[in-house]
Amino acid sequence: MNADKKAKIVIIGGGPAGLSAAAAANEAGAAAGDILILERDNVLGGILNQCIHNGFGLHTFKEELTGPEYAARFVSTVQERGIPYLLNTIVVDISVDGDGSKVVSAMNRTDGFFTVRADAVILAMGCRERPRGALNIPGYRPAGIYTAGTAQRFVNIEGRMPGHEVVILGSGDIGLIMARRMTLEGAKVKVVAELMPYSGGLKRNIVQCLDDFGIPLKLSHTVTDIRGRERVEAVTIAEVGPDRKPVPGTEETYTCDTLLLSCGLIPENELSSQLGVELSRVTSGPVVNESLETSVPGVFACGNVLHVHDLVDYVSEEAANAGRNAAGYVEGNGSEGKPEEDGTPVQVIAKDGVRYTVPSSIRIGRMNDLQLIRFRVGAVYRDASIAIDFNDTVVRTQKKRILAPGEMEQVILKKEDLQKFEGLKTITIRVDTSEAKKQ
Amino acid sequence: MMDVIVIGAGVTGCAIARELSRRERSILVLERGLDVCEGTSKANSGIVHAGHDAKPGTMKARMNIEGSRMMEALSRELDFPYRRNTSLVIGFNEEDRHTLEELKAQGEVNGVEGLAVISGEEARAKEPKLSAGVTCALFCPTGGIVDPFLLTVAFAENAAVNGAEFRFGTEVTKISGKEGAFTVETADGTAFQAKRIVNAAGVYADVFHNMVSAQHIHITARKGEYLLMDKKTKGFVNATIFQCPTKMGKGVLVTPTCHGNLLIGPTSVDIEDKEGVNTTAEGLADVVEKAGLSAEDLPTRQVITSFAGLRAHEDGGDFIVAEAADCPGFFDAAGIESPGLTSAPAIAKYMAELITEKDKAPEKTGFKAERKGIPCMAEATPEERKALVAENPLYANVICRCELVTEGEIVDAINRPVGATTLDGVKRRVRAGMGRCQAGFCTPKQMDILARETGRDLQDIVKSGSGSQLLDGGKFESTH
Repeated sequence: MNADKKAKIVIIGGGPAGLSAAAAANEAGAAAGDILILERDNVLGGILNQCIHNGFGLHTFKEELTGPEYAARFVSTVQERGIPYLLNTIVVDISVDGDGSKVVSAMNRTDGFFTVRADAVILAMGCRERPRGALNIPGYRPAGIYTAGTAQRFVNIEGRMPGHEVVILGSGDIGLIMARRMTLEGAKVKVVAELMPYSGGLKRNIVQCLDDFGIPLKLSHTVTDIRGRERVEAVTIAEVGPDRKPVPGTEETYTCDTLLLSCGLIPENELSSQLGVELSRVTSGPVVNESLETSVPGVFACGNVLHVHDLVDYVSEEAANAGRNAAGYVEGNGSEGKPEEDGTPVQVIAKDGVRYTVPSSIRIGRMNDLQLIRFRVGAVYRDASIAIDFNDTVVRTQKKRILAPGEMEQVILKKEDLQKFEGLKTITIRVDTSEAKKQ
Repeated sequence: MMDVIVIGAGVTGCAIARELSRRERSILVLERGLDVCEGTSKANSGIVHAGHDAKPGTMKARMNIEGSRMMEALSRELDFPYRRNTSLVIGFNEEDRHTLEELKAQGEVNGVEGLAVISGEEARAKEPKLSAGVTCALFCPTGGIVDPFLLTVAFAENAAVNGAEFRFGTEVTKISGKEGAFTVETADGTAFQAKRIVNAAGVYADVFHNMVSAQHIHITARKGEYLLMDKKTKGFVNATIFQCPTKMGKGVLVTPTCHGNLLIGPTSVDIEDKEGVNTTAEGLADVVEKAGLSAEDLPTRQVITSFAGLRAHEDGGDFIVAEAADCPGFFDAAGIESPGLTSAPAIAKYMAELITEKDKAPEKTGFKAERKGIPCMAEATPEERKALVAENPLYANVICRCELVTEGEIVDAINRPVGATTLDGVKRRVRAGMGRCQAGFCTPKQMDILARETGRDLQDIVKSGSGSQLLDGGKFESTH
């Protein structure tokens, strides 16, 4: 296949993950001109551009930045290094050619429909919000029902209010942030209903965005009806039982003109699927090894396309890792190199309350001295421990005062520990609840 | 004074307007909504029925068979998505087999070709996902699927190109007068005069009929709820899978759409409220349960949206396509429930014949029978994409990423004859916002384009009806 352009590393997505991956790949030796970022929006920075609240960068820069400020630091780096990028450019297909190179098909107004041949691809497309339809909420389908992120764009980018009397379903971070944001712009946020018995967002957001403004959070509640033929007029919420089904007789109706949904984020892996990348049923993101490389050699993934993060700082860190590994791959240190030196990959298994891990396998020969394992738990646990088993042997337990699905957890493994352990086949990460209370 | 006023711009009204526009006559279509396809036509199964369900001798049977036979050629002439995907009516026991044999016989009387009762194994060989409990099936090679929105839009655009005028946001409130001098009054106080009237008002057709005729008709809104699944489910079934019909309709079906989604539904519940297009928890659960009888491992986790539509069921149970007996010049296309979509081309043709008998209008020289649809970047080959982008760079600017819809296509949807003025109007023409994120990302971008192309402010952009503003007020000055 003849390609219109060539690059060593094509990065799909110019949000926080893609930008950090690009900078790190460059630092790790990939020439700026050999990298190409393809961004679908008309600016770099991704969703950070509409996250005008602060709280970003505490880990990365040791200071508190807004989303656009945080993005700007990475955008400056990319621009200063002369790493090329194309805006308003949508990738429509990625395929692997016979020689293992990747052909990325894309289009934009300036270049038309074109292809880029690359040695490595970094997937950094981010995620989307779960819409009303996927939640099976019955009722009418009027105007005024938005995902929290869409409302955020209206308010923060367009300077427009989608409505002034608001009910929010779901306590994801964007919903919590928008509860505060719309309140500050004069809206009345009447209630936040959350299906689960715990919030899906960060504790700090519950405190700063709801509690500080007196906005009630109703756990174990869901929306059972939406009224209004043209524009939302009222929303009914009801308590749910342990089966998460509404309990008859608990319905309460709120008059409102807007229903915001913050009910989960879904990694956008349609391109990855087309390419044949194996996806995790739990995260909906690619299954990756210690190098954040997917099941397709030379294709890496990072950021929210891989798994949904709570802090952008972690996205940047993870993406930098993917960028370095991609740079290594194109320098000939790729997985097609010397697999015998890598050894059989050690499987990382999520068990007992741990929903998934990233990565899900480790080639000891390829790992860094320290290997970060990130994961989320499936329920709220108090005073439990994170246990790490090598094969069937418990090698470490870490006490945790609280574990919650809304907060990403991590453990760090040392390469020497893995090397020392004779016949290591599996590493299991689990919640040890022997002394704990599950909520 | 118009020659003909058509009330209602659903598929029936638009098809009739197009047929009427073949001859020299002035035609005005009055529609309460802000677009075509705002009522029953937008929320149905999108099926081109083979024609075995209707009782022989009924108008339904006649229109169904003829419409089904017309659809393929029409889809080329007017460039809308249609596919003869075949259909199966499935049975689970001997009683069902008996029903299928009766349906087959009935279909043959109606003139349906190629019907065959096959075994459960034969059915599963065609459709591997069919339930293990299926013991027999009626195979209908002429069954098909159509995009109901684009079918309606195609009729409307072509009617407009041939001179028919459309007025939206125009709710008819009163009809008076007689043949040659009817007066049609609307909610905003405007009155229109027409020599003849066609009543294609869906669930409200009885209201208009009863304004001029003492021989009252009665239409019940019969609600049907549906669930639509992600295109990832493409290929789950290829044929349309029906269950054995009951007196309330054809039962819950499982079908692919023309665009590769999977659709399940509808329920069938008579309701009082002619505006009651809300879904219900019970209805949606019922659809999932019943569809689950037809197929194994229904991918209900892939649901992207649900919706409800209202069938216009007339008490007599048949289509009424006729001149009102006691009001000459007033023509009904009433009680157009299923198979109304399939029948629309035939109803229109027949209606035009009825009117031509009366007005003897001469054929229009220069009638343009053909229409070319909006290009579809999502389904174009790389070569076609290159050519389209070379012609207009806006075809390379993707607005809706889930369905790969470009700015060029959206601008087309707005600027064509009978163009879109609403978000839903854009969606139905080019599928922007119809994908898995359900317009989460592209709503603001689409609104920008609509505002720019129609010279309106963002706060005036609506989802569908005139009270469905997407924003609450103008641009604010933040004080923070």
